[in-house]
Amino acid sequence: MTETPNDAPGRVDVRELSIELGAGADRFRAVERVSFAIPAGQFVCLLGPSGCGKSTLLGAVAGHLPAATGGAWLDDEKIFGPAPERGLVFQQHTLFPWKRVVDNVAFGLKMKGVGRAERRARARELLELVGLAGFEDKYPVQLSGGMQQRVEIARVLINRPRVLLMDEPFAALDAQTRWVMQQLLLDVWSRVKTTVVFVTHDIDEAIFLADRILVMSHRPGRIREDLAIPAGRPRGQEWLTSDEFLRLKRRCMALMRDEHERAFGARGEPAALAGAFI
Amino acid sequence: MSAVRSDRSDRSDSAPSAAATAGGARRRARAVARLPLQLLSLAICLLLWQWASSRQLHLGFVTFANVPPPAEVLDAARALLDSPKLWPHLSSSLARVGFGFGAAAVLGVALGLAIGRSTWARLTLLPPLEVLRPIPAVAWIPLAILMFPSSEGSMVFITFVGALFPILLNTIHGAEAVDARLVAAARSLGTRGLRLFSEVIAPGAAPSIVTGLSIGMGTCWFCLVTAEMIAGQYGIGYYTWESYTVQAYPNIVVGMLLIGVLGMGSSVAVRRFGALLTPWYQIKGGRHD
Repeated sequence: MTETPNDAPGRVDVRELSIELGAGADRFRAVERVSFAIPAGQFVCLLGPSGCGKSTLLGAVAGHLPAATGGAWLDDEKIFGPAPERGLVFQQHTLFPWKRVVDNVAFGLKMKGVGRAERRARARELLELVGLAGFEDKYPVQLSGGMQQRVEIARVLINRPRVLLMDEPFAALDAQTRWVMQQLLLDVWSRVKTTVVFVTHDIDEAIFLADRILVMSHRPGRIREDLAIPAGRPRGQEWLTSDEFLRLKRRCMALMRDEHERAFGARGEPAALAGAFI
Repeated sequence: MSAVRSDRSDRSDSAPSAAATAGGARRRARAVARLPLQLLSLAICLLLWQWASSRQLHLGFVTFANVPPPAEVLDAARALLDSPKLWPHLSSSLARVGFGFGAAAVLGVALGLAIGRSTWARLTLLPPLEVLRPIPAVAWIPLAILMFPSSEGSMVFITFVGALFPILLNTIHGAEAVDARLVAAARSLGTRGLRLFSEVIAPGAAPSIVTGLSIGMGTCWFCLVTAEMIAGQYGIGYYTWESYTVQAYPNIVVGMLLIGVLGMGSSVAVRRFGALLTPWYQIKGGRHD
């Protein structure tokens, strides 16, 4: 566990948070009265099946979705609307296609009114941090998917966010690139030490990255289990093949399968029969 | 990693290919190879025109008796080139298009961005525009003559009306189509208020806006020529119509060709300008280093 003292910024509190999506008769609860607290500097993965509301929950912490009940707080300030102190990284294709890589990364500083030369210099430093020195003048369309995600991470980090919110950032990458990006993220995080909330449906990814995994239930999303990952850092390939890793993986798989069965049961199919097909 | 993979497979982390530059050279070579056939086709058309007009071909429903042959048109073109009236004709047409198109571009883009992004703007601004939109610009001519004290004003107005709607509609479409995730990302990075327009909506809509400007430039010339025929003193449209009334038939064709050249030239200029404004969009087709 990488604990930072309580007074360091980046503490996230979610209390009794419900989120509703859709309009009119189609409105439904995507997240139901979720509560948890993340100490500053912790790397937390939100793990759950597709459609469980984990991205919705992240969207509310980012400030893009309003709370139906409860709320989310960052360092005891209630979250209303998006802000650069809560950096959000999406799955793909959210770089500005009309800006060169260096200006994409420098964008947050431009919004703060930092001068062109200074913000470009800072952007170059961050591009170096994510291993993209030399690609400053490219347009996003000229980069591969993995490179684009590196730019996304650099673009968010330039605002020195207190918390980094990542919405399945590597889900669209091939397995090899994803593995490289996971290691890169841990390397970057070991240097910037912000709080990280990382949404994924990939069990291996969650156990490899996180200090702690919050396993979510099927819709409406609730926290099903709060799993601590008691592995040291830095983590490498050994961790992926350790007994402890496999034990945690079995536990997560059991939880996920459970949720799958409950989802089938909820749709009126015999739960036992649905379970037999998994 | 064994768990569920996204089926939206993306490009891998491998270096981007450099094949596109070679593709450009090959395209150029192919264009050169095709040139003779295209020139031949043009030459045959000229010959047919020469033949039909010199024979005064009469097909019953259409007659070439009064159509000047190419050689006479060439002479008329030479005469116009030497004429002191060429520049007043050209400059008045270009000025009318310039003012009308310029005003349509400014207003069309500004209104289009607002309507495309704001429900309030859509509800207040769009209904009157929707009523006016189906009316062809040419149908405005009589009313425009009554509304504007100077005939210059009415002609500029006609070109403005002609260019406005293609620009407006393409801008609205472009602004609506800006990816919601780009807007969300910009807001998360600290973008507020009008800067969202200047930094995200306008550049995101830029390729559509360029399309609108290009179409608008075409309709602009179309409307201008018609307006000049009826209400002009100088201008290419006026020259063409005047040639008919004074029975200088070769000049009619010179006027027609001149209008074609000017229309094509200004459309190319708009597209070039658009390409300069949207360099990322040019790369999209083939990424190259």
